[in-house]
Amino acid sequence: MAFSPLSNAATSATAKPTLSFSSSLYPWPRRFQSSAPLPRRRRFVSIQSKIREIFMPALSSTMTEGKIVSWVKSEGDVLSKGESVVVVESDKADMDVETFYDGILAAIVVPEGETAPVGAPIGLLAETEDEIAEAKAKAAAKSGSASAPPSPTKTEADTTFDTPAVTATPAPAIPQPPRATPGSSKPSGKVVATPFAKKLAKQHKVDINKLVGTGPYGRVTPEDVEAAAGIKPSKPAVPAAQPAPVAAAAAPSKPAGAAPLPPPLPGSTVVPFTTMQAAVSKNMMESLTVPTFRVGYPVLTDALDTLYEKVKPKGVTMTALLAKAAAMALAQHPVVNATCKDGKSFTYNSSINIAVAVAINGGLITPVLQDADKLDLYLLSQKWKELVEKARSKQLQPHEYNSGTFTLSNLGMFGVDRFDAILPPGQGAIMAVGASKPTVVADADGFFSIKSKMLVSPSTSTQNTWCFFRIHLCHNHILSCRYCWVCHSSLISIKL
Amino acid sequence: MQSSLSLSFSPGSSSAAPAPRSRVPPDFLHIAAPQTLASLRFYGIRREVLGFSSLRRFGCHFSRRVHVVSHERPPRRLSASASDNGSASKSFDYDLVIIGAGVGGHGAALHAVEKGLKTAIIEGDVVGGTCVNRGCVPSKALLAVSGRMRELQNDHHLKALGLQVDAAGYDRKGVADHANNLATKIRNNLTNSMKSLGVDILTGVGTILGPQKVKYGKDNVVTARDIIVATGSVPFVPKGIQVDGKLSALKASILIHKIEVSIILLLETIIHRDYFTKYLFFSPLNGFFHYFITCLCLEKPTGKTVITSDHALKLEFIPDWIAIVGSGYIGLEFSDVYTALGSEVTFVEALDQLMPGFDPEISKLAQRVLINPRNIDYHTGVFASKITPAKDGKPVTIELIDAKTKEPKDTLEVDAALIATGRAPFTQGLGLENINVVTQHGFIPVDECMRVVDANGNLVPHLYCIGDANGKMMLAHAASAQGISVVEQVTGNDHVLNHLSIPAACFTHPEISMVGLTEPQAREKAQKEGFEVRIAKTSFKANTKALAENEGEGLAKLIYRPDNGEILGVHILGLHAADLIHEASNAIALGTRIQDIKYAVHAHPTLSEVIDELFKSAKVHSEVSSPASEPVAV
Repeated sequence: MAFSPLSNAATSATAKPTLSFSSSLYPWPRRFQSSAPLPRRRRFVSIQSKIREIFMPALSSTMTEGKIVSWVKSEGDVLSKGESVVVVESDKADMDVETFYDGILAAIVVPEGETAPVGAPIGLLAETEDEIAEAKAKAAAKSGSASAPPSPTKTEADTTFDTPAVTATPAPAIPQPPRATPGSSKPSGKVVATPFAKKLAKQHKVDINKLVGTGPYGRVTPEDVEAAAGIKPSKPAVPAAQPAPVAAAAAPSKPAGAAPLPPPLPGSTVVPFTTMQAAVSKNMMESLTVPTFRVGYPVLTDALDTLYEKVKPKGVTMTALLAKAAAMALAQHPVVNATCKDGKSFTYNSSINIAVAVAINGGLITPVLQDADKLDLYLLSQKWKELVEKARSKQLQPHEYNSGTFTLSNLGMFGVDRFDAILPPGQGAIMAVGASKPTVVADADGFFSIKSKMLVSPSTSTQNTWCFFRIHLCHNHILSCRYCWVCHSSLISIKL
Repeated sequence: MQSSLSLSFSPGSSSAAPAPRSRVPPDFLHIAAPQTLASLRFYGIRREVLGFSSLRRFGCHFSRRVHVVSHERPPRRLSASASDNGSASKSFDYDLVIIGAGVGGHGAALHAVEKGLKTAIIEGDVVGGTCVNRGCVPSKALLAVSGRMRELQNDHHLKALGLQVDAAGYDRKGVADHANNLATKIRNNLTNSMKSLGVDILTGVGTILGPQKVKYGKDNVVTARDIIVATGSVPFVPKGIQVDGKLSALKASILIHKIEVSIILLLETIIHRDYFTKYLFFSPLNGFFHYFITCLCLEKPTGKTVITSDHALKLEFIPDWIAIVGSGYIGLEFSDVYTALGSEVTFVEALDQLMPGFDPEISKLAQRVLINPRNIDYHTGVFASKITPAKDGKPVTIELIDAKTKEPKDTLEVDAALIATGRAPFTQGLGLENINVVTQHGFIPVDECMRVVDANGNLVPHLYCIGDANGKMMLAHAASAQGISVVEQVTGNDHVLNHLSIPAACFTHPEISMVGLTEPQAREKAQKEGFEVRIAKTSFKANTKALAENEGEGLAKLIYRPDNGEILGVHILGLHAADLIHEASNAIALGTRIQDIKYAVHAHPTLSEVIDELFKSAKVHSEVSSPASEPVAV
């Protein structure tokens, strides 16, 4: 398979147009002819800037475009003549494409999985390391128009194409698998990285030697690389690694499989979910696997309102107040702060982290007030302000939105007086908070009065429900001072 | 010649195989002879025989070795009795005794019964041998799981088919049970098939005492006109590697037996009662006693981190990261299983190239399809010089040295290591010293007809060796074919097995299969013998059925002689390759030429059309060598 994918697409980003050079076949005579009168320095430049293009070869007479199956070599790899560089899929078969020149694969213009027309540059080959940067710049310019066939209008140099030579016999040479990388990739001592981590690091251009492994024995795991590359795991590398009961895992898929969706109405447009929307959707679907239990309870908020009026000028928001109240209640009833992950046991969380649902542009996120029971109301408010700002600018770190142990969802400010919140996976409970509004209430003596009343509806997983009831029934004093959560807002006032 | 296919260790490492047995002086030859007659009464099997003296047979040995002809073979009896299960000739208990009830022994036994021989099979471990209990069979169960997992995990593929499947999961124990249940089922099938045909299954370790005489178990001796050794192989573990898995079942049972006997002897001496032995052995106490000692001897199954295929097939745990030493069939299949179940894999290969036994073009494609897209990396050209099991909170460490310079290269830290460096013949306790046979690299030397050759280069009369123990081609079906060939010989038919017609398969996803020569082998042969070699190739991408399955990845390659149309080799990588190879292997076995087989009709649309097209695309100079049979008017 001796395709000549390389042309001497001589390039001279630095050289002037007059300084034409190239065709590696006859470089010297030409250069001497053309550049003899030129100063010496320039000639030096022309030698330096020899970057060859790797073209999509024509692998069959009917082939018009080819798909890059895989790059056998990666950027920065040193190639020697005759080595396989890239695997190209034509309309007939997959073929290995070999290089006809020694050099360094400076840039990949067309990545794996993409197609390019025959003759289009798919990669750049630099002769020396010094040219890599230049080639990269060139590649960046090219990748914009990668799909365009090589323009014959290239003026920078007298480009010479080697006609891709196709020989009938397959490559007789024994294939040379790329040398195993690990040996060379960690010269600075013991950085142990798993095969998938190495692969990801190469893909995302992460220097594995600079990572601190969090895996067993301090090894670098795929997750570490993904974190370093700033990407969320696209999907768990191994969805099946845990011996999870198959039935549970398969459950959410059933509705999708059972009821085929009706075809979209004519004229409708389909807009795919953004990543965040997809994540929200996934979480919501997952919540269906947890049986939940909802209770609603009206609470009188006159005391709370008074308190709020008092602290509002100091920058305390209702959210902070509610979070603080919830946190203090949770401190007394750790079982509600616990999670039930396996259906057999509670995991008691050591800290009380109140997640508060916030709508942001195009989605929903739950910034977390960590250790909300320990921080005072003012610090909490300040923290909350920061978190909201970060959330709006999408700068929340993962631990700032996924470490919640209890969630608060407040729609009161929109005048919503009651709603059910959906329990996020992995948490023990969520509390929906409605609007507080003046209501006529009758007291024990039959006297009517107008009090501010607010409906709170916690949803909790049924695993926690039993305990929930226990709290209610056994702790009459809590019941008597209204609902336990808000009862604690009075505690705040005491503290203040 | 083909044995290199199944042995992934390099020639260098093969010298590290179990040391050859030292040559035994001739005086030892008949040392066990006096015990023999007494054993007959344990049997009580005396049959009156309607035997005829057969003509002295000049079998396949006749023209092959000069020294063979000079070697005097005793007259042979052909049992021509009418009885179905055969009856032994007057002077022997059996016509044929097979040591080892693996796939090879089983195949030989079934064919022997068909040929009217009175047959017994001796098994020291469990019926079915490596293939059924610790090899091909349970691994196919695991690979069936891994294949489905791959399908369910391949979102892209599923989407292309219009399927929606959410996260696939598995239960390790369920998978392990599937493998174990399959092995049990096949083992029972094997046992029943032999029992129903009247093959005597004798339990105990078989030892050759002398010509035509075998001891099994403690002290039962049987005589047989012909003996086939089919003791198989065990995983080969190179020096410096500590395997912390369990003792193999066979080794354990031998050890247990020795301990039991010594305890009983001890008790006898203490109590001075000579009936103690009998009493204890037949009492219900024995069961408890045996269990107790077994528990003592077997290591606890926890914390095994350096294992061979024997243990890996039990799937006791699935490590996050496993190093597989050796990238031959076994290593490749396990990499398929482990990566499908979520492990990451690091290959350690002594040769410069992964999958050294395969045709280079196939191994190149296999690397692209089976290695590169998966969570696998590899180190080639290195030996695993030392492997230390995980202990005291430390991971498994593997020290790598350069295969050529022997200089230290790297140290791997992984969660587990699977030693898949090939298999070593198992001939322990076989009593080869009694017949002056010396193993070569552990293998029992045989000629082309599987007749055992002794230390002096002479044939041992009436002794054959088939399967992994002779190392000709370490494949279950090869052993069976060799066994059938031997039975043909002992019943008077000249038969030589063409090893080049034996297909081999690797059950990865997609599968790899091959028969005959690889391209370099064919070119070498062509150069020596002065003929032309040509290659034809077809892709699965052009096959309707493969495309319907959305499994177009694959290649079929035909190596042939354009002058006479002889098929030299066929190599396939692709969907169901292991099932597709037989058209080619049968053609090679029957000597069918391309110009004939290309007119055979294949159902459309089937994967077999890949092979059809392969034959059709070959360019053969000569005309149709034998016209198709008479046309039939319809």
